[in-house]
Amino acid sequence: MEIPYTVDTRADTGLNNVKLGIWLFLASEVMLFGGLFSSYVLLRVGAEPGTWPQGAEILSVPLATFNTVVLISSSMTMVMAWASLKLRDLFKYRLYMGATVALALIFLIVKVFEYADKFSHQLYPSESTFLGIYFLITGLHGLHIVGGVVVNSYFLLPGVKMWHTAPERFTNRIEAAGLYWHFVDLVWIFLFPVLYLL
Amino acid sequence: MIGIQYAFTALLFMSLGFTLMIIMRWQLAFPGQPIPYIGGWFGDANAPGGIMLPEFYNQLGAMHGTIMVFLGVVPLAVGGFGNYVVPLQIGAPDMAFPRLNMASYWVYFLGGVVMLVSFFVPGGAANSGWTAYVPLAVIATQGQTWWLFGMACLITSSLLGAINFIVTIVQLRAPGLTWMRLPIFVWAQLVTAFLLLLAFPPLEAAAFLQLMDRLAGTSFFLSSGLVVSGQVLEVSGGGSALLWQHLFWFLGHPEVYVLILPAMGTVAEILANNTRKPLWGYRAMVYSMIFLGFMSFIVWAHHMWLTGMGTSISTFFQTTTMIISIPSVVILSALAVSLYGGSIRFTTPMLFALAFLPMFGIGGLTGLPLGLAASDIHLHDTLYVVGHFHYVVAPGTIFALFAGIYHWYPKVTGRKMNDLLGKIHFWGSLIFMNGIFWPMLIQGLAGMNRRMYDGGIGYQHVQDVLHWNNLMSFSAWGLALFQVFFIINFFRSIRNGEKTNDNPWKATTLEWQTPTPPPHGNFLSPPEVHRGPYEYSVPGAVTDFTPQGQRSQPGE
Repeated sequence: MEIPYTVDTRADTGLNNVKLGIWLFLASEVMLFGGLFSSYVLLRVGAEPGTWPQGAEILSVPLATFNTVVLISSSMTMVMAWASLKLRDLFKYRLYMGATVALALIFLIVKVFEYADKFSHQLYPSESTFLGIYFLITGLHGLHIVGGVVVNSYFLLPGVKMWHTAPERFTNRIEAAGLYWHFVDLVWIFLFPVLYLL
Repeated sequence: MIGIQYAFTALLFMSLGFTLMIIMRWQLAFPGQPIPYIGGWFGDANAPGGIMLPEFYNQLGAMHGTIMVFLGVVPLAVGGFGNYVVPLQIGAPDMAFPRLNMASYWVYFLGGVVMLVSFFVPGGAANSGWTAYVPLAVIATQGQTWWLFGMACLITSSLLGAINFIVTIVQLRAPGLTWMRLPIFVWAQLVTAFLLLLAFPPLEAAAFLQLMDRLAGTSFFLSSGLVVSGQVLEVSGGGSALLWQHLFWFLGHPEVYVLILPAMGTVAEILANNTRKPLWGYRAMVYSMIFLGFMSFIVWAHHMWLTGMGTSISTFFQTTTMIISIPSVVILSALAVSLYGGSIRFTTPMLFALAFLPMFGIGGLTGLPLGLAASDIHLHDTLYVVGHFHYVVAPGTIFALFAGIYHWYPKVTGRKMNDLLGKIHFWGSLIFMNGIFWPMLIQGLAGMNRRMYDGGIGYQHVQDVLHWNNLMSFSAWGLALFQVFFIINFFRSIRNGEKTNDNPWKATTLEWQTPTPPPHGNFLSPPEVHRGPYEYSVPGAVTDFTPQGQRSQPGE
């Protein structure tokens, strides 16, 4: 017996295994970042009045805004990559997937400059609880971006072989990778106002 | 196959966790005396001259809890039984993601190795309790850092496993196996998987925060002006110790149900099979389990009555805590009523399953005074608490796990475990389990604190109950002795046990309708389900059991 519904959808649930799996994974990710954001709220509410800085005093809002645009664009190219596969256009898929990876790398490079700038001003996580939680949440988010880059690069280069043997399965994989990528994007959408603007 | 790997590794870790406790009990019964025979093995850093140091005692305590919960019971109940039995019971060829399953096992294994290695780093293993309360855990020796990394591995493993379980149960049920035809065990595993999926990530977040505190010098959990060994800590301050407790118990309470639900599921399977009649109140049990799962996310602060959260928060959590006891009572009552009018077969698995009912009952009922903020003021942090949760987990869950091992052993090996050895194991375990945990309730009511290195000898008000320490320790060692019967039985039966057919217990659920051991792909032909899970003693049927996969019965 083969494992069923790896590619096809099950009639009564309307899902294939991968899609349900990735949604469950994202649910756990919501709880992970939810735990950290809740900690942020509790720490900030519990801080001595006047000790919690405004994000913009320390962090660079223009850089973060630029990064927000970069990340949202990458989400769009990711959708286009999946849509291109649905239209059976492998060339466009490569184009859009390449753009997604490139945009993610730009995001990371900007982030590295931001971090380096903080360190050069002796602003380490140990400096204040605000900086601690800033480095922790953005760092964890950055690791998620790195993970996305690794997965997407795999699907761009060696993993694309599957397109020729099992196109539908490959398309499903890109859809799942896309869901993850949109989630990482969404975390940033929350993270940007909370840390930089409030 | 991975289920067997999980079960075996988990059993090894359980015996290790048990051994740690055996050593601790020496110190409690005979404080300050050298540990006999093995005292010299621990080195001068832990037990100079064989006499246990307080730091070493703390390591043993913290690691006993960690190993038993995260490396023993959960991997055995979920990773072991769940992995092996669930795909069989739902008629699936395998778990939905076999490679993810493998990954989850190896990450768990890595977490276990990290925990073991931590015993040999300077300062020894984690020694701040299995709850790793801050600020103590932040300033503890480096074993705590290892503990956090180990926990991160175990959490990741549980998450991967949980995703796999849910997808498997939702997607891979055989044709005809509707939700209300699922065996209770599968329902229990499904709810458990959701708890693991949603409750563990906040602990991972908490572990990251504590790692930052320990390694990057942040002070998420350190308040300003904290004095350690007469020195004010040089940290930025402004953190909150309470935050850790909230994050920890947000996992910690659902974790309790992760420990108990698979046990209830196992017991339900075995009860139905050995009373030869359908479970009473199947639907009520299913709905209770789901309700239990939801409620378990909003009761966590009942572990924190004495932290000064404020009375309105206490009132809220006290109310939810009382509400969550209702579904447990429903399930336990349904199981008890299921016995009524049955012609019970007193097999070894049935004995363990039967003992689960009163033992878990004691565990549950002793929890009520702890769930009420007023009575908890007296009982908090006493041995009463230790007695309470051990009744739930040790003679409760672990008995159910033993029952499961005896019950499903013939499925895995094609041979039964020896019944006489099994019964000796059962009676010895039952008596000595109570010998350990009942006196804890008495000592706790007398106000004896837990986690005391000298067993309470230095406290005037507990002198009257101190003598129980001896009985408890000898019971612990007696319990160890009776596990020898289990170990011998377990290994001997692989080769020498009584050979059985594919369905030795005359059971109805699908796992008994495949060859033993199940081949690759589990079933020879895709199974179909035509009836509910517990059709025992159907009037007019030829046999007293009608398997789920059977199309129709003569006379039907």
